[in-house]
Amino acid sequence: MTVEAARRGGEALGDSALRPDGVLKVTGEFAYSSDLWADDMVWGVTLRSPHPRARITGIDVSEALAVPGVHAVLTHEDVPGEKFYGLEHHDQPVLAIDQVRYQGEPVALVAADHPETARRARDRIRVGYEVLEPLTDARRAALDPSYPKVHGDRSNVVRHQPIRVGDMAHARRVAEVVVRGEYEVGMQDQAFLGPESGLAVPAEDGGVDLFVATQWLHVDQEQIAPCLGLPTGRVRLTLAGVGGAFGAREDLSMQIHACLLALRTGRPVKIVYGREESFFGHVHRHPARLRYEHGATRDGRLVYVDAEIVLDGGAYASSTSAVVGNAASLGVGPYEVPNVRLDAYGVYTNNPPCGAMRGFGAVQACFAYESQMDKVAEACGLDPVEVRIRNAVAEGSRLATGQVIDMPAPLAAMLEDARAFPAPPPTGTADVRDLPGGVSNTTHGEGVRRGVGYAVGIKNICYSEGFDDHSTARVRLETVGGEPAALVHTAAAEVGQGLVTLQAQIARTELGVRQVTVAPADTGVGSAGSSSASRQSYMTGGAVRAACEAVRERVIELAEERLGRSLPGASLHDGRVVAADGLAVASLAEVLAGRAVEETREFRHRRTTALDPLTGQGDSHVQFAFCVHRAVVDVDVELGLVKVVELAAVQDVGRILNPLALEGQIHGGSAQGLGLALMEEIQVRDGVVRNPSFTDYLIPTILDMPPMRTRILENADPHAPYGLRGAGEPPTLSSTPAIVAAVRDATGRPLTRIPVRPEHISCG
Amino acid sequence: MDASIRLRVDGQWRTLDVDTRTTLLDALRERLGVTSPKKGCDHGQCGSCTVLLDGRRAVTCLALAVAHDGAEIVTAEGLADGEDLHPVQRAFLEQDGLQCGYCTPGQVCSAVGMLEEVKAGWPSQVTEDLAGPPELDDEEIRERMSGNLCRCGAYPNIVAAIRQGAR
Amino acid sequence: MEFLRPLSWEEALALRAGRPDAVPIQGGTDVMVEINFEVRRPGALLDLNPVRELAEWEMAEGRLRIGAGLPYTRLIEEVGDRVPGLAQAARTVGSPQIRNRGTVGGNLGAASPAGDCHPPLLAAGAQVEVESAAGGVRMIPAEEFYLGVKRTALRDDELIRAVWLRPAEGPQHFSKVGTRNAMVIAVCSFAIALHPAERRVGTGIGSAAPTPLRAAEAEEFLAGELAGEPAWGRSLPDGLAERFGELVGRAAAPIDDVRGTAAYRRHALAVMARRTLTWAWQDRLAGTGRS
Repeated sequence: MTVEAARRGGEALGDSALRPDGVLKVTGEFAYSSDLWADDMVWGVTLRSPHPRARITGIDVSEALAVPGVHAVLTHEDVPGEKFYGLEHHDQPVLAIDQVRYQGEPVALVAADHPETARRARDRIRVGYEVLEPLTDARRAALDPSYPKVHGDRSNVVRHQPIRVGDMAHARRVAEVVVRGEYEVGMQDQAFLGPESGLAVPAEDGGVDLFVATQWLHVDQEQIAPCLGLPTGRVRLTLAGVGGAFGAREDLSMQIHACLLALRTGRPVKIVYGREESFFGHVHRHPARLRYEHGATRDGRLVYVDAEIVLDGGAYASSTSAVVGNAASLGVGPYEVPNVRLDAYGVYTNNPPCGAMRGFGAVQACFAYESQMDKVAEACGLDPVEVRIRNAVAEGSRLATGQVIDMPAPLAAMLEDARAFPAPPPTGTADVRDLPGGVSNTTHGEGVRRGVGYAVGIKNICYSEGFDDHSTARVRLETVGGEPAALVHTAAAEVGQGLVTLQAQIARTELGVRQVTVAPADTGVGSAGSSSASRQSYMTGGAVRAACEAVRERVIELAEERLGRSLPGASLHDGRVVAADGLAVASLAEVLAGRAVEETREFRHRRTTALDPLTGQGDSHVQFAFCVHRAVVDVDVELGLVKVVELAAVQDVGRILNPLALEGQIHGGSAQGLGLALMEEIQVRDGVVRNPSFTDYLIPTILDMPPMRTRILENADPHAPYGLRGAGEPPTLSSTPAIVAAVRDATGRPLTRIPVRPEHISCG
Repeated sequence: MDASIRLRVDGQWRTLDVDTRTTLLDALRERLGVTSPKKGCDHGQCGSCTVLLDGRRAVTCLALAVAHDGAEIVTAEGLADGEDLHPVQRAFLEQDGLQCGYCTPGQVCSAVGMLEEVKAGWPSQVTEDLAGPPELDDEEIRERMSGNLCRCGAYPNIVAAIRQGAR
Repeated sequence: MEFLRPLSWEEALALRAGRPDAVPIQGGTDVMVEINFEVRRPGALLDLNPVRELAEWEMAEGRLRIGAGLPYTRLIEEVGDRVPGLAQAARTVGSPQIRNRGTVGGNLGAASPAGDCHPPLLAAGAQVEVESAAGGVRMIPAEEFYLGVKRTALRDDELIRAVWLRPAEGPQHFSKVGTRNAMVIAVCSFAIALHPAERRVGTGIGSAAPTPLRAAEAEEFLAGELAGEPAWGRSLPDGLAERFGELVGRAAAPIDDVRGTAAYRRHALAVMARRTLTWAWQDRLAGTGRS
């Protein structure tokens, strides 16, 4: 079905309910982490390494401490507990110890009355560096055992995940068509607009309260507390307003630093990064080099894929292991491939650390395998959509990991839908706005060619590879002012995706009440897991539903007690208990009689298994989601400038829970994919970032984002709550290769590297 | 070095001492506690700190506080009349022209300022026919809103919101 | 940092004379970037906003005198039809918010090689009016104004008062390559202005050398090829625009940087020069573009 405006205004599940935090957001009163204030607070700043690799020969903080208004200057020696932290490997020092491994690594902290004072003092910390040659060749780090190590004796390979399926020797003999390609993906930044920030407030119990913008409160808490030398319970986190996340807030940034300063000074400490510091303050999307060889029959059926994927994790592991797992397990795309030899590596280098970003390992692979599918199509003389349809997975298909897709996967039909979208009008030349370059007035039609490209992507939803993931929800039903009202409390991070809207929609629907409040997210309730992996509708949605069901059960029991009869099949509607025959038997207010019913539930998805370390076999994923893009572009082939004329997307979301918010996710994912295709890259040379600003790291403006068509399918996943399928990431995968395919179509250029730059098109 | 200035912010006169290096954005956020304008890039490349400065949209990160002694500033917060949202704000809410919302106060101020510019007959970058009043189609909205980044990519809904707000 | 706020031009010049370390500020859209990033820590700022006459323009001696403090938005609206090349460039500066405050004077003062206004000023043969309390007024031709990266012919005690340029005598075009469709600093840019009365074509190259510059050889080539009245009434000879483009590309001295490669910049300049000359010539033959 398509999204109908008719469902706007409603507030139940499936309606385009409006954001409960929307009024505060449109007036600017919504408090983001950078807006927090405490009367007696001091400001923290971070001294960072200018070098990507150096030995620290000494740190002298005496001059900095002497600056009037300075309250504390801290180095690694002042970290009272564990000196290292990390999401998967505790390999990252809270503050550098004896050496630095990337440009921008935190070395020391200052707290002062005023940010300007703190910065002045920071500039007076003397750090002696013995500068070393940075190790920046990811491929050598992966494959050359003689390459020097980034971390002492530890291997540079954070993870190597092979996939082995079938008989490659035989496959090579029978393949009639072979296409090869080498691809490169630049380092993309999440570039959320609200930089890292938070406020740490020392507590009377010796602990600390931290208000911070993050994606997962509890995993922050688990990493912070040991470094502070505190029991977990004494580090309490509350979610502050999050100005975008996209993966960049999975890792810690200023959290431990602010807490350390707060505990040392006894004062609330605020840390806010500026834009430049933000580029050094969080992990980025792994840049990748990918070599692919596809073998197929002459009629375009894939026989084998032989691939090598090298992901540059930079100085610290962050979530590199899981990114490698995704790149490997999803590395051949949503296609049936009988023979696979694939090796995915994630490595340490002295480049900026990389970790989570929307699409997480699947994005890099998708650019390569979709570029390859176009090559297969060309080699076989087939239409690019046709070759994809011939190889598309469906329900019951076996992936390269051996996992069978046990949910609807109508990929072939989705491809047909994408092909059936009407074509946008031909290139106009009357108005420069319609042309590449726009009002920069670079063409009046000269050199402009139209191109069309298609791509599909497959993304795992939820955490994979045996991770015991759960989300917790507490739901309370009581009467407020005579009306039944529900309070939903979780630790789940609203990062803009509309999770608070959805939580309220679920409670409203399950409990049949209008008035629902979503409490601020904090660690006062169990973990909700991360706002990552497109998992929160599934996991926290599932938890809120489970808690609501438990509350409902108790309320019906209370009704049964009150009425003195059993009410099999009863439900809650419109503030009433409704018997199976549809008749209201009591109002909630009567049944509750001033009491509150509160239940807490943990929701778990079905178990997954690890990938075999040698063959990559295993049922590693919870759920699969698919998106198909068609991109139409106009390219000035002489100047290499691209205008994306239209993006059209077909996505299966299992069930639409909020049409308006869902479309927003598809727009946003597509926009970020467009950025990676055409403009976004952190340029790193010899480990040094050359463009840490919004002047030279370009993200799409409203003029770069074309009008979008969407077609949304609802083929329910029987294993998921409400049949839903995570939706935020899949569009990020397929929009990039679709746009690049369209540019290739217009230009005939090979375009093996993203972002595609004008010189690749015009001088390539 | 400090200077004393007066600003009329969202209808209220405020007096404050500022270092001469202070931007208008920092003066609003850190000195006056007016946090509706957001800091996103520190150099005029994102538009999150847009306010109406003496009636025109401007980025406050590139305005020096001391240079605006006596200025009239309207932020997104001041556009709403208590509980009553400005029509542009209501449109952003109803069309879901936001996700994380960080750029939203700047988008809203920019949109309101832009609609005033259109009313005053200002040509945009792209107005071809300089004689007639500009027609505010989607393309024109995009052109005129190109100074406000939205990383969540809510652009299609922002266009829809401004279309609604302009009515 | 001292903040100096003259209320008149004379006072501004007097303050300027006593404070060579003061940085003049108008819209602030350039200076503030440097202050925010502590690229500059000037001893004083000289705020020219209260000097209201700087934000005005007038016709004088048949020429347009644009005050250094006229915001781009007003320039486009009020005099854009008379200086179309400059107006096109002004329309690509930063964002609408920045165009509401930024000024040509500021663009000149900052003298970034990527400044959008420089190429059309060069192509149009503009003059920069500068003044000091001691030395009085000097008129500096645009091509003598830019000395190096962010260095100009302005003396320590001088302020930019205005730019002078003749209303377009023929078609003008400005063209700018950026890697996105708005809010982008030029990878490179090119401006062309036809001066039919002088049988001459003016050029300006931006963001492809330490300073904005004219493509002198390309201009001379065209002047030679198009000598005499009849040539100006006919279509461009075959291959002329291509050759002109090549010479423009050759005039540049670009570098490889994060925004683009030197080779691409030369190539793009050649393409833009060829196209803009073609458009300007078409405008001329069609009688449009104020020829």
